[in-house]
Formats: sequence, structure tokens, C-alpha cells
Amino acid sequence: MMLDGTTSEIRERKALRINPAKTCQPIGAMYAALGINKCMPHSHGSQGCCAYHRSQLTRHHKDPVVATTSSFTEGASVFGGMANLKTAINNIFTIYEPDIIAVHTTCLSEVIGDDIPMIIKKSAEDGIIPEGKLVIHTNTPSFAGSHVTGFANQCTAFVKYLAESAGETKNVVNIMPGWVEPADMREIKRIAEMVGVEYILAPDTSDVLDSPHDGKYHMYPDGGTTIAQLKAMGDSFLTIALGPLASGPAATELEKKCKVPNKVLELPIGVKATDEYVNALRLAGDTTVPSALEKERGRLIDMISDMSQYLHNLRVAIFGDPDHLTSMVSFLVEMGAKPMIVITGTPGKKWETKMQEICAETNPDTQFLAFSDIHYMHQWIKNNPVDLIMGNTFGKYVARTENLPYVRFGFPILDRVGHRAFPTVGYAGGMRIIEKITDAVFDKRDREDPDHEVELVL
Amino acid sequence: MSEENSNTSPMGRYGPDAATAREEMLKVYPRKTQRKRGKQMLVNENPATPAEIGANSRTVPGIITQRGCSYAGCKGVVIGPIYDILHITHGPIGCGWYSWLSRRNITKIRADGEVNFLQYSMSTDMQEDHIVFGGEKQLAAAIQEAYDEFHPKAISVYATCPVGLIGDDIHTVCRQMKEKLGINIFGFSCEGYKGVSQSAGHHIANNGVFKHMIGLDDSPVEAKYKINILGEYNIGGDAWEIDRVLKLCGIHIIGTLSGGVSYDEICNCHMADLNVVMCHRSINYMAEMMEEKFGIPWFKVNFIGLEGTKKSLRKIAQYFGDKELIDRVEEVIAAEMAEVRPVLDDIRTRTTGKTAALFVGGSRAHHYQDLFNDMDMQVIAAGYEFAHRDDYEGRDVLPHIKIDADSRNIEELVVTADETRFDAAKPEKKKALEESGFTFSDYEGMMRQMAKDTLVIDDISHHEMEKLIEMYHPDVIGSGIKDKYVIEKMGVPCKQLHSYDYGGPYAGFKGAANFYKDIDRMTSTKVWKLARAPWHEGGSAPAAEKEPATAGA
Repeated sequence: MMLDGTTSEIRERKALRINPAKTCQPIGAMYAALGINKCMPHSHGSQGCCAYHRSQLTRHHKDPVVATTSSFTEGASVFGGMANLKTAINNIFTIYEPDIIAVHTTCLSEVIGDDIPMIIKKSAEDGIIPEGKLVIHTNTPSFAGSHVTGFANQCTAFVKYLAESAGETKNVVNIMPGWVEPADMREIKRIAEMVGVEYILAPDTSDVLDSPHDGKYHMYPDGGTTIAQLKAMGDSFLTIALGPLASGPAATELEKKCKVPNKVLELPIGVKATDEYVNALRLAGDTTVPSALEKERGRLIDMISDMSQYLHNLRVAIFGDPDHLTSMVSFLVEMGAKPMIVITGTPGKKWETKMQEICAETNPDTQFLAFSDIHYMHQWIKNNPVDLIMGNTFGKYVARTENLPYVRFGFPILDRVGHRAFPTVGYAGGMRIIEKITDAVFDKRDREDPDHEVELVL
Repeated sequence: MSEENSNTSPMGRYGPDAATAREEMLKVYPRKTQRKRGKQMLVNENPATPAEIGANSRTVPGIITQRGCSYAGCKGVVIGPIYDILHITHGPIGCGWYSWLSRRNITKIRADGEVNFLQYSMSTDMQEDHIVFGGEKQLAAAIQEAYDEFHPKAISVYATCPVGLIGDDIHTVCRQMKEKLGINIFGFSCEGYKGVSQSAGHHIANNGVFKHMIGLDDSPVEAKYKINILGEYNIGGDAWEIDRVLKLCGIHIIGTLSGGVSYDEICNCHMADLNVVMCHRSINYMAEMMEEKFGIPWFKVNFIGLEGTKKSLRKIAQYFGDKELIDRVEEVIAAEMAEVRPVLDDIRTRTTGKTAALFVGGSRAHHYQDLFNDMDMQVIAAGYEFAHRDDYEGRDVLPHIKIDADSRNIEELVVTADETRFDAAKPEKKKALEESGFTFSDYEGMMRQMAKDTLVIDDISHHEMEKLIEMYHPDVIGSGIKDKYVIEKMGVPCKQLHSYDYGGPYAGFKGAANFYKDIDRMTSTKVWKLARAPWHEGGSAPAAEKEPATAGA
């Protein structure tokens, strides 16, 4: 059996995290940096962090993930990491020729207190940053926040370092996509194009982490937001930030720096959240929603109504990242399902309140817990059984132990393909989620129903 | 290149000769980096007397490296697989999370009611106030909570980078909690910044296993031939395949350190007659220490590849010296070979003359050359991720390896003979066997086994790998996850030899057959030929060349 040590007896834990539903900040910063064209993410600390982050991102995307590290040994930990970072900058520009290096810190460099802006300044003075090339930084201590805050911090750094306002507002909307899959980024762009809005998407990992196979390796694939676009963001007339936690801070920073107003929306997962995104685009572009997109919406509604019999009151336990969960739980409510327990590892009281509001009408007993873990979710399921579990790959052990259908959703997904290629955002993404949910539930029925109850038509 | 020359230079047959390739790889580096990397890249000019390689030296900052850290070596590789120890990572959440099931530590529980703790990731999830005020209280509380929740027989604690910096004394906390709870609790100071790679963590792990587990249980083991396998981590079930073959021979494994092993087996493994070592790099310390303390001799084996497996089985049988066992081993080899030979004969018709390059871990770049040799494939270049000079040049260089600052901070245990349990008969037996030409405590290193004029590259960087592929386009490369898709984007299949791409086992006879089939599939699958669309064939320019300048390196 799996997870044999887990019992239904729930003890309060204050010190021990068991099966976390989050990881640390730098991996989020690395992911965001990969969404910038000709950018080398750089991990300032000991090389294990960089190795772990690259491995995990590679396993998730099944595509090359390159990043460099300051490779601290004990000496650097004692005397500071300046020499290492300067050597790294020189090597990176000479060997890999990126346009920009995005430095993020680790617990190690945070604890010793390396002053990265000072080191960057010193590097520029010493001439190891070639003309026209950039080095930027963000602080991502692993003992605060989670991988999602790391993503947000990196996005904020793009704005801080690069966004400029030339004084002339352009008819362009900035879209900050949140931490979503490359396919989601592509879908977010497709919808904006359908509505007819000129946009800058930042960051953009489509065509970077789902790059085509053409027999050549491109260290910097065609995809990714360009530095020119990052700079131009300061002249856009509006920012649509998708996902308050992952994109909100960068939008706020841009407003502060370049006076670009913003709308912070939930990730466009499910009907209502996608409607809000489409509507925001429509208003921004002063245009109408094309009928092709309305038809997509109609097909999603049609599918929900067709499947209502199976989705209604389907009890779901779900864990993941706050922005993902907010929208996915809303979507579950739209389907008529009952989110019973919702867990995120990322800290956040505000998120809990928001989630309570979403479920208040149909399912007031739902339990929401931020800064919690998968072990707690499992114990709760043992006490209050559910029909379905949703979450990243790590949840499959719980699903197997409890013999429950499992829908993979979020980060990381290490054991399936498709998540980077097929969106979960937008109306099309909604249809895919319903397909995945019903497939999982029906597959279990088809496998386990007694012979005389197996139905041909469901 | 003349015909004669190309025959003596394996690399020259497929591209530039090794020396030219080396120059080509080094060309782009800034001067200082060039000097450093130059020492770590050698042409194997004289396999019998290997040249000195720069190994176990610091990674150049800014180089895209395959290496990980001390924590990864200690918790991830050596201690992590022990399934019935409850492992707690003391630090912020990342390290515990990344080392959670990511290294295929497959295992079977021994009895009902046991818990496989490897499915759990436990961490103190340190927050900012723990960094400011210290995390010792959090650690003590976490140990208590873990005990209350699971009642394990042992708990291990791993220090991450910030723990070392803020000075948490994990060993004192462990000792106090051990006294309080009455179970074995011990810690590892394997902070990521220690040493220059995972290798430091292996050493720290060995010391910990030796101090806190080996020798705790003196229960006699009822078996005629008792051995331990050291440095075998049961990736893909390798340890189970080795166990199957040894069982057929009548040889009993007390402990496999540390793949698919239980805490009790490790505590009892000093009862063995012999230690055999698979991964020399990760565990040679343990072999040495067990010999010092208990008198158990050790030698190096290799259960990867048919020839390696046969040789290793025969050597173990020779050690015990019983005719019954020697004969039995031959019977087992004959029976197993009868099964695997037809597979190999078939596959060889497609693999002969193909090329491979191997850049893996601290022994796999060596062991796997035997499998490629079986298939008549040429290994043109190889290197380790975290080896030391002895892994390349052989143990005879051990006295000449300089201890630098990065190695000095790893504890060297002073081990002396155990007064009551040192078995003097074993060294005597060793001595007698040595006089008859039998070798112990040996490892000839990778370079002696590699062909003349092939490339040996320590801690290969991304850039060097790319250049190597451009110049030679090997038929297959053995590497790890961080390189896999870089290599495959270039149209070369990559076998992950850390995780086996979730295949395996590859050890022993059945494992070898699995490996041959996998390599056959990878080198003959059609997908690599589909990369170019038909409309780019026959004269029209390939799509990539028409792309804008942003298309990249």
C-alpha cells in the first residue's frame, strides 16, 4: 500500500511539514525568466538549487531548461558571493551570449546578505557586462512565500529594471499571464487576438518550454517576451494582470513606476473567470467579442449541461497554487461540483477569505487552508470521503491509496504529457478540464462497476 | 586523416581527433575558465598510465553544469533510499520537496505494518523568523511531531544551506530527542555549499551511516556466503536483479547500501564475510571503514554488462573458494547467458560500429562502457559529474591527491579495530588470497578501461556537450535529466543513466538484455528522421536558417 503511515487521526502540527503543497521561491523566478527572449536565469547560491530547479522544470516541461549558478562553496558562503557572481557574469556573456541575465537569490545568498544591485553595479564598472547587455535581479529567499511568490518577484523585477515610459501612451494592453503552462500563455494570446487587442504578454513561455523539434538545439528559442517589449510596457494604456498573487505585484509596480493602470483578474479558468478576461479585453479594445469566441463559450456551457448529471455534487479535494485554486474552485462550483477541501502550501489569509466567498452559497462547509500540506488533505479525506482528487503529480499517491479518480492540474506534472501542450485556461481549456474530470470518474466506474451495471452509454 | 591514423584514433573515425575536439570545446572560454576547464579535459593518450586529470575541483561559476550539491548527495542518494527511516530535511521547503521521490528509490517493505517513508517528504519548512532566531526549537518540535504521527524506528535529519549559516546545532537536537524518545535519531551536516558537488554529501552520509547504524545489531546471519553490496542504489530494480542472480548462486546479501534496504539490515551488515563495491565514488569510505573496524575485506565489482557481471560473480566465488560455489556460479552464468545471448546477437547486427558518449554520476560513465562494449559500440568520450581523481586514474593515485579547502571541511573519521568484533581470520584470508594474485581494495579507474585517444571530460559543461554533438553526432548519449532534451533536440537520443528514463533494471543478465533492447530502440527509432519536413529535402533551405536572428545559438 501507499502512504501506509497516514491515519485518519488529525493532530495539530506546528513544526513539521509533511508532503508539501508548495516549493521554494527561486524555481518560480527561474520559470518566469525563461519566458523572456534571450534571457539566462541565474541562481545566486550553491549549485544544488539550480540543479534541482532545472531538473524539476525539465521533468515538468520535457524540454531543455538552461540556467546558470554562482556555484558557492564554503568560501563564498563565508566571504560573500561577489567574486562568484562576477566570474559568472563574465562567463555567461562570453560563452552563452544572452541579451539579459536575470539573477535570483537563494536561501544561502539571502542569509549571508549579498547585495546584488551593488555587485551588478560593480560588474558594470569593471566592464564585464558587454555594451547593450543587461543584468537584473530579484530577491527570492526560500524561507518566505513559495514558488508562486518567486514567480511574482521575478515579474516585478522585469518591471522595476526595464519598463520605461517614453511619455506617449500606446494603444497596447499589457497582459501578465500568471504562472501557467506554455499552452495557457498561447491560449491567452489567441483570445486577445480574437478580440482584436494589441498586447504585450510578459512573461511568455510558449515556444520556449514547448519548443518544436527541428533537429537543432536553440539555447534561446524564438519565443519569450523581448526586452523591447518589456521596456515598452511602460507606455501601454492598461495592464491586465491574471492571477492576483503571481501577477498582481508586477502590475502594481508598473502602475507605481509608469502610471499604467491595471485590472487584476483571476486566472481565466472556467466560465466566469474567462468571461471576465474576455470582457476586460473587449472594454480595453473598445471592440465586440467575435462570434467564434462566443461559440467556444457556448460549446463549454453545452458540455457542462450535458455532463451535469455526473458533475453535480461531485465531491472534490483539490490542492495547488492559490491563483490556480481560486479559479478552478470557482469553475467546480459552476459545474455544480462540491469542492470539499482546498489546500495550498503558499501562505495567505486573504486567499482563504476569497475562497470562502466563492463557496458560501453552494457549499458553505468547504475547508480552505493556506500554508498547509497534502498530508493534511489526505487525513481529511480519510475522515470525509470525496469522489475525486485534483492536484499536481504528488497527489497521485493519495489517489491510489484511497482508490479515487485523479485529475492532474497545476505544477509540477512529472508523470504525464499534454499539460504543456493543451491549455486549461479559456473556454477551450474549460472543455478540456471537464473532459479530464469525466474521463477519470468514468474510467473508474467502467473498471469497477459490477458486470451487470456496466453501461455502454454514459 | 590517413587510414592508419584513423584506426588508432577512435574519435578521428567519426570527426576530428580528440585533441582537436578538445581545443574546439575550450576555444570560447575566457582565459581563466579555459585554463581551469583545460585541466578537466584530457585526451586518453596512454590508458595504461593515465594522465592527471583535474577532478573534484570547484565548478566554474556561470558554467551550465550537471552538478548538484552536498545535500543531494547525502539525503538524495545515499541515505534517502533507506525506506524505514523517517527523513526530516531541516530547512526551507525547497530541498525537502526536490528530493522527494525524484531519485527512483524503489523499495519493498519487509513486513506488514511497516511504513515506506520514502513516499513522504518531511521538512521543518523554515520561515524567516527561524532564520533570524534559530531553528533548533522548530527542529525539536518537528521530530516530536513526526514521532507522534508515525512512531518510526529511526529518524534522520539533514541540514540545508541556511541551517549551517545560522549555526543550528542539529546534532545536539538529535541527541536530546534520541534520549527523550528512545529511538535512534541522528543528523547529517550536509549543507549544500559543502564540497564542490554531490560527492561531499556521499562522504558525509557514509560517516553518518557508519557512526549511527553499522554494528548496532549483532544477530548472527544463517547463511554460508554472506556479503554486502555497497554503492548499489536499486535504480530501476538493479539491486533486485543482482539479488536474484546471487541467490541462484547461493550467495546471501545482508545489506545493499543503500538501495531498497532496511534500517535493520544496515545495522546488521557488519556480520558479512565480504563487501563488494559497485559505485566506488559514493561509498569507498564505508568499505574502508568497515575493513578497519571489523576486518571485512572489500573489492570492486561491476554488475553492469555481461562481462562485468560474469567477472564479478567469479571473483566472489573465488573469494569464498568453495568448489561447490565456483561450479554453481558457472552453471548460473551458463543458464543466464543462454537466455541473453540470442538477444545480444540480434541487437549487435544493428548496433555494431555505432558510437556513444557517457557523462554520468560517479561510476555510471564507467560501468556502462561495458554494456556498450557488449554491443560492439564505441564509447568516444566519457566523464563523471562528481568523481575524484581515483575514479579516473585508479586508486594508486590516492596518496598523491591534494586535500584542498573544499575537502578539508568534511570530517574524516578515525576508525580503529573493534576489540570484540574484529575478525582476524578475514585479513588472514585476504592476505593468503593476495599472495595467489587476487586483488582487494582495488579500483583501476575509468581511463584504463577507455580506448586510447578518446576524450575524458570531468564535470562536462553544457557548451562542451553541444560542441561534442556538433562534431561527432554520437548515436546515443548517456546523461541526466538536465541534458536530456538539449541532446535530443539535436537529434541524438539520450539515455538518462541516473533514472534509466524510468526503465530498467539494467544490472545483471536480464538487466543487460533490457539495456540492449532500449539502446536498440533508441538508435533505430524513426522519430529522429522526422525532424525535417519533406518539403525541406532536395535542395530547399532548412526552415531554421530562414528564421530571424533571434533563433539563437
